[in-house]
This record gives sequence, structure tokens and C-alpha cells, in this order.
Amino acid sequence: MPRFNVMENYLVPKHTILTSKEQEKVLADFNTTPSQLPQIPLIDPCAKAIGAKAGDIIKIERESPTAGTSIYYRLVVAEWSTVDE
Amino acid sequence: MVSYQYIPKKISRIQFALISPDEVRKMSATKIITADTYDDDGFPIEMGLMDPRLGVIEPGLKCKTCGRKVDECPGHFGHIDLAMPVIHEGYTKLIKELLQSICRACGRVKLPKERMDLYLGKIRELGDISLHPFQFQTMTDQIRDEAMDSMQCPHPDCGEKCKAISLDKPTTFREEGHKLTPKEIRERLERIPGEQLPLLGINPEVARPEWMILTSLPVPPVTVRPSITLESGDRSEDDLTHKLVDVLRINQRLQENRDSGAPQLIVEDLWELLQYHITTYFDNQTSGIPPARHRSGRPLKTLAQRLKGKEGRFRSNLSGKRVNFSARTVISPDPYISINEVGVPKEIAMELTVPIRVNEFNFEQTKEFVLRGPEVHPGANYIIRPDGQRLRLTDKNKESLLEKVMVGYVVERHLMDGDIVLFNRQPSLHRMSMMAHEVRVMEGKTFRLNLPDCPPYNADFDGDEMNLHCLQGEEARAEAMIIMRVQEHILSPRFGGPVIGALHDHISGSFKLTYKNPMFTKDDAYHILSRTSYKGPLPEPDSVGEDGVKRWGGRTIFSLILPPGLHMEYPSAIFTGDETSRKEDTYVVIEPDDSGRSLLRSGAIDEKSIGAFKGKLLEKIVRDFGTDIGRQFLDDATRLAIATITLIGFSTGIDEEDIPEEAKLRIQETLDDAERKVDDYVKKFNSGYLDPLPGRDLKETLEVEAMKTLGRARDQAGQIASRYLGLGNSAVIMARSGARGSMLNLSQMSGSIGQQAVRGERIQRGYQGRTLPHFKVNDLGAAAKGFVKSCYKKGLTPTEYFFHSMGGREGLVDTAVRTSRSGYMQRRLINALEDLKVLPDLTVRNTSEVIVQFLYGEDGIDPSRSVRSEPFDYDDIIMTAMREVD
Repeated sequence: MPRFNVMENYLVPKHTILTSKEQEKVLADFNTTPSQLPQIPLIDPCAKAIGAKAGDIIKIERESPTAGTSIYYRLVVAEWSTVDE
Repeated sequence: MVSYQYIPKKISRIQFALISPDEVRKMSATKIITADTYDDDGFPIEMGLMDPRLGVIEPGLKCKTCGRKVDECPGHFGHIDLAMPVIHEGYTKLIKELLQSICRACGRVKLPKERMDLYLGKIRELGDISLHPFQFQTMTDQIRDEAMDSMQCPHPDCGEKCKAISLDKPTTFREEGHKLTPKEIRERLERIPGEQLPLLGINPEVARPEWMILTSLPVPPVTVRPSITLESGDRSEDDLTHKLVDVLRINQRLQENRDSGAPQLIVEDLWELLQYHITTYFDNQTSGIPPARHRSGRPLKTLAQRLKGKEGRFRSNLSGKRVNFSARTVISPDPYISINEVGVPKEIAMELTVPIRVNEFNFEQTKEFVLRGPEVHPGANYIIRPDGQRLRLTDKNKESLLEKVMVGYVVERHLMDGDIVLFNRQPSLHRMSMMAHEVRVMEGKTFRLNLPDCPPYNADFDGDEMNLHCLQGEEARAEAMIIMRVQEHILSPRFGGPVIGALHDHISGSFKLTYKNPMFTKDDAYHILSRTSYKGPLPEPDSVGEDGVKRWGGRTIFSLILPPGLHMEYPSAIFTGDETSRKEDTYVVIEPDDSGRSLLRSGAIDEKSIGAFKGKLLEKIVRDFGTDIGRQFLDDATRLAIATITLIGFSTGIDEEDIPEEAKLRIQETLDDAERKVDDYVKKFNSGYLDPLPGRDLKETLEVEAMKTLGRARDQAGQIASRYLGLGNSAVIMARSGARGSMLNLSQMSGSIGQQAVRGERIQRGYQGRTLPHFKVNDLGAAAKGFVKSCYKKGLTPTEYFFHSMGGREGLVDTAVRTSRSGYMQRRLINALEDLKVLPDLTVRNTSEVIVQFLYGEDGIDPSRSVRSEPFDYDDIIMTAMREVD
């Protein structure tokens, strides 16, 4: 049976893992540290599907009715806490 | 000079811990043993609940513990030694989990040695708890779950079988039906080895689990529970004192009975009673037990009740404090002040003050304020010396104080015209609920506000009250002026259109002024314009009569208040797009003439132009010309409209809903026809010939068809009626121009009211098989199910009236339920979002700078400065460019 791939669903936006160079640029652009980024758990179906590791930053390109494409970044974390610290 | 007391410090760390019985005794100023408070002479009894060592509440006395006076002595705790241990109500859940995760015999955590070491290692690795509180929490929860699952002690030297432990709310623990006394529980918790406590989420350095079972109870200082002396000289004690008296009394009896070797049953009863009193002392709303009551039957307010809820310490005293320099009174309208202004009664203006620092430039002015004193309007109430001492001005001492005033003093002068104040109406649901206004001191006792300001505050004048806050610093005034002034909020951040705009009479008035361009004589034209800020001469007259009388069109007059260089074209509210509306009358065209002055060429100015929420003209002026000119335009337009409508007059009466006899007959026919159709459907339904609609059963089909038929009939009746209701009719002018009411209202008045609905269906409820005894059982016809054939003008039949009331009641209930529900939803939403902010780089972050959005709203656009969520008005830019090409 072919494995179901979430990334192929039309409702799932495009997820890509940033290279370390891109990571640095994102952090510099937003003048921020990884701990201040929104998080995504390692067990998230999308994170799993693209093979992300803890500490990676995932770039998400979402379709937006007002902005065309909106770009979002999420830090992959192993321990997922619901409340930000 | 800065007092060290006020140097702010950053809290680096908060640690929560349990208090041990030893600590309770150590911090105690005295042990409490007697339940009595005062002796016969009114002196507090030593070692009683009002012991003088617990602090002072009476002025003049000194504290026996610290020697300080009232307000200086913070109060001191005492303690009660409990005869038997008692469970602390707040920790029952934790106690249960602890009991379940430890062995009942040896007290060790029910984990094999290697698992325990693994977890302990992990916890050590995690290090300081304060760095990862949530990881720590999840881990200890997991460990506890694992330990609870084990059915037998895994330690080889023990191997005790586990027994199921249950908790009978609120404080009774059972082990397979057998009751566990607090004493037994305490002994078990004592057996947990300290080094295993981290596994259970407890820091052994600051807490031991057995401390959750109380053996000594701290008694709060008297300053926390002051007794009050009534006028009659009787003392009335605080609820906490009452509760502590109960605790002491039972404690004493328990001790006596136990020591005298009373039967086990009696001791246990007393023990349980002590548990009840201590539980209610902490929280008098613990579920599962009746709340302790006062003699009068009022439930006591104990510790938890002091803190909890809207009237609790947090929401009422810490988050929400009362403020000085504020005023509250009833509001009433004043259409002749600017939208930026607020009318303040003189009495209030003489109570609220603005601090003025005296310098060489304002020296003479400030002296005048002082000279006039507190009883003459622009006077002063206080002067403040440079050392901070406040001196109250009175009529008697104003001369002597006047001589003292020097540079460096502060004079608190009365509120005056032009001062900036904040004005607010609750509920404060959005930022427009609190705006900055300029003061206009007036006679009378109410705050006056201009009508366009009503929608943002959601205010009306049926007795509403509003609050006013007087700003006390230059910085605050400047900030309020720039970002909180009313004119800065004309465009709403919700939908980008105007929330502040013309209402009701303003719209009727400007419609009367511009629709079909009526002519005004020179006198009338000047009269209307005299109310506005327009200062120039009248332009060339639009017509000169045969008698030589010069006349000006309403559109020409309106054009005078438009800012120059305006190009606009849009349909007005009365535009229908068919042959009934001439483009000349209904399509607004604004163009500049050769000299650049804007001219209203055609159309009527109504809700679509200047109305709140819909006014396109107002929106464009505010957006393109700025808020100053926008405010000026709105002020002028509303005054122009009011002047017009008072000049030509505008009234409506019940005869405006009269329609000719033949029209009434035709409406009657239409409705009868519809009723017959419904009867046909009912017949078909009863005989089984009705074809069901897709996805519906027979009954539903009948209902849908009946609703459709009757709805259509109502519309048709309305259409017939409105054919006789033209724009010569004031009620129609109001409805069509958007000033007030709708054509539906009018057609209900002169056509037919139509089907009444409860829960979106024809009326079903009532007796068995029928709604009212006036109908036959199982009558499914129109009249029996709430169709109101009559119109309001004609009057309703009794059954119709009853159905109409049912529909009306549902509406009222819905609004009541909706407001309370949406209020709570909004509160939760605000609490969740209140610390989010947009930074200069347009990211949205919270207080710890964690990013929530990388670009505000995904597109970085401020809705109040955008045009239909685009950053620019592209259509307008193209139109402008095309004009320039021409």
C-alpha cells in the first residue's frame, strides 16, 4: 500500500528545511534567536514528511488571500510545550 | 531626591514552596488557644484571636510585637496547634496521586531501581527547574503515571501488593473502601525518601509532601481581618475571624475528648468537623460540601473568596483600581460642538484640575488662577510647593497663598476650554471606546457629545453615563492628542471605512439639501452657511427668477464645504439602477471647476456619501486630505444638514402609511391567494401527493414550501404598498436615504407583517397539535402557524398579536444571551492577546519577543489606512492618471 503523503494534500502549504546559511540570514533579518521563533514539534506530520531534525528551521510558504504568499518560519523542537516560555 | 524605596527592581525569580509546621510556629507571634476575642471590658484576650501581639487596628495603640503604630505595623501571624492532623483542601489531587505512586508499606516510589536512576539522571541533566518549567512538568507527570500503573511494589525487599486509592470529594481518601485518616496519610507521606521526591515533581529542599497535611494552622494578623465597631457600639467581626473561632472551638473539644479517652466514634466525628471547618476556612465554595453560613444565612467570605472572581482581590483591586482626576455623568447630545469636543459641566470643570508648573513666562497667568480661587471658574484648587507639600486653596486663604507662588511651584488649575481629556463609555470593547476630546465648559449637568461620536462609543441618550479622565502631564496630553483624538479614529481599523459619520437627521438633511437640487434664496443660503466654517462669499447664483430674485441650488451650497480638487463618481443609496431613478438625481458626481473648487454636479448626498460605516465621500476626504480636513468636513456637513432640515422642516405621521383602497384590495387578494396555495400544499400533504424536496421529508417539504409562498406574498404586498410610497413621503426619504428605518419596516406598516418565526420555523409550539385553541387540531394552514396577514396600520387580530409577541420575545432573549456570551468570549480573547505588539520591523511579538507573525496580518497592511485591504486605491489612481492624459 502506498504510504499517504500529507505534503500532497492541497491544504498543506509548502514546507522546506533551511540550509544553515539561510538559517543565519533569517535570524539576522528578524534580529532574533532560534528560541524566539514559533515552534513545530518533531512529531508534526509535515516535519516528519520532509525529514526535519530538532534544531532545523522550516520555511512555510502559505497562500494568502490578501498577501499572495506569506512566509512563515518554525523551529523544529523535540519537546513540544504548549505554553511559550 | 529619589527615595530608595521607589527604585524599581527586576524580579529575577519566584519560588513556590510548602510551609512546614515548624515554620508556621517559628513565624508565629503567639499561639492561639482561646476562641474568645474580647473580655467584658472590651480588651482583647491574650492568646485569643484578637491578641495584641497580632498587630494593631485601633489608632493610638502600639503593637506588642514590633512597637509600631497603625499603618506602620504590617501585622504578625499567630498559629493554632491542631489536636489532630487535617488535610489541606487545595492539595487533595496531588495527595491522591502521591499515594497512588508510592508503596503503601515501604513508602518508596513504585519504580524499579534502574528506571528510577534513569529518571533521576534525566532530571539532573535538565538542571535548574526555572529554565525549563514545562519540560520538567511533563516529565514528572510521565514518571508519576508510570509509578501509578504498577500494581505491586517493585522493590525486592518489599513486594507489597498495591491497593486502589480513591478520593471522595472533597477530603476523604479511601483504600479499597476502607477510610484513611489524615494521620495515616501523613505517616505514609513521611516515609517517602527525600532523594526520590524530585521524581514526583517536588523539590526536597523546600517542601516535604507530609506538609500538605496540616498539623498547625497559621492565623492571619488582625490587620487582615479587622473587626469593625458599629454605631451602636457593638463589635462586628470579620468572616475569617468567625471561621477561626469555629476551628478553635472544635479543636479544643477534640483535644479534650481525645485526652479523656472518649469513644472512637465521637473523636472521629469531631475530627471530621474540624476538617470541614478548615476546608471552608480555605475555600467556602468547595464542591461536595455545604458552604459555611453566617447567622443571617449569608455564606461566609473566606480566603479563596477574597481572591477569586470579578469582585476578588485580583480583578477588583489589583488589575482594576479606582482613579483620581475622573468624572462621570449622564450624556446628552449637542450637534453644534465639534466631534473633537466634549461639553463638560462647569461644576465638574471646577473639580477636575490640570497641574501647571509656574515659570517666568506663565507667572502672571498662573497668579490669576490662584487669585480667582476655587469658587470662580477658571481658578485653581491646590498649589504644590517644590517640596511636594499640597496646599488647598480656599476663598479665605487665596490672598495669602498668592504671595507664596513662585517659579517652581505647581498650580492645579481648573479644567478649561481646549484642555485634552479622555472620554470613555463602558463596555470598552475596542480602542474607539476611549478617545481624546477637547473640553468645552458649559452650563448644565451633563456631558455633551456630538452625534457622530455615538457609534464608536455605542452611546445613546436614554440615560447612558460616560467617564472622563483629565490628563495630568504634557507627555500624556501630547500623546493623546496625536493618537487618541476623535478625528484620528474616523476610519476604523476593523473595515477601513468611517465609524464616525453622519447619522439620522444629518442624512435626511443633506438629502433634502441636494436631492433634485432645490433652490434657496440669498437669505436662506446665508442662513444655512452661517452654521458652517465657510467664510467666503456666495458664488454666482444658479438661477435668477423673473422677478429678479437670485437663487442658489442646494448642491452649490453643499459644494462650498468640499475640499478643493475632489474627483468622485459613485451611486448614492437611493440609486436603484432602473428607470425609476434618474441618473441626474441619484448618481453622485463631484468634479473640480476651472478654479479647482470641487462641485457637486449631480446626485443626492445620503448615507453612501457621509453616513457612518458607509460614507464614501467622507472616507475619501479623510484619507486623501488628512484627519484635520476630514473632521472639518464632517463638522460642516452635519451642521449644514441640521440647518437645512430645520429651515425647511421635516416630519412624518401615521397618514404617511396610508395607501388607496384599491391597493389594499390588491394586497388582500395576494395574501388570500398565498393562503389558498398553502392550503393546497396542506391538502397534498395530507393525501400523500406532496412531492418531497431533495434531502427533506414530507413535513419539512411542506414547511419549506409554506415559508416560501408566504414570504413571497409578504414581499409582493410590500411592493404593491411601496408603489404608493414615493420620495415625497418623509418616512420613505428616511428609509431610502439610509437615515433610519428600512423599506421592509414601511411595507410591514402598510402592506403585511408576514410570517412570524421562532427558531427559524413557523410557530409550532403550544397545545397538542395546534398553537392556540382558536384553531382546529392539526391545522397546518397559514393563519394557524403564525402568518400575520394584517399590517401595523390596520392592526393585528388577537391570534396574530400573540404570534407576533412570540417572535418578538425570541428576539429579545437572543440579544440578551448573545451579549453575555460574546462578552465572555471577548474577555478570554483579550486576555490571550493583550501583550502582543507590532514592532518597527512589522513583526508581531509578545513580551518575551517571541515571534507570532513575521509580517503583521500576513500582508503588513494597517486596515485603517488601506483601501479594501489593498495598500492603495488603484481604481482612483488609474482614474486620476486618465484624467491627466485627457
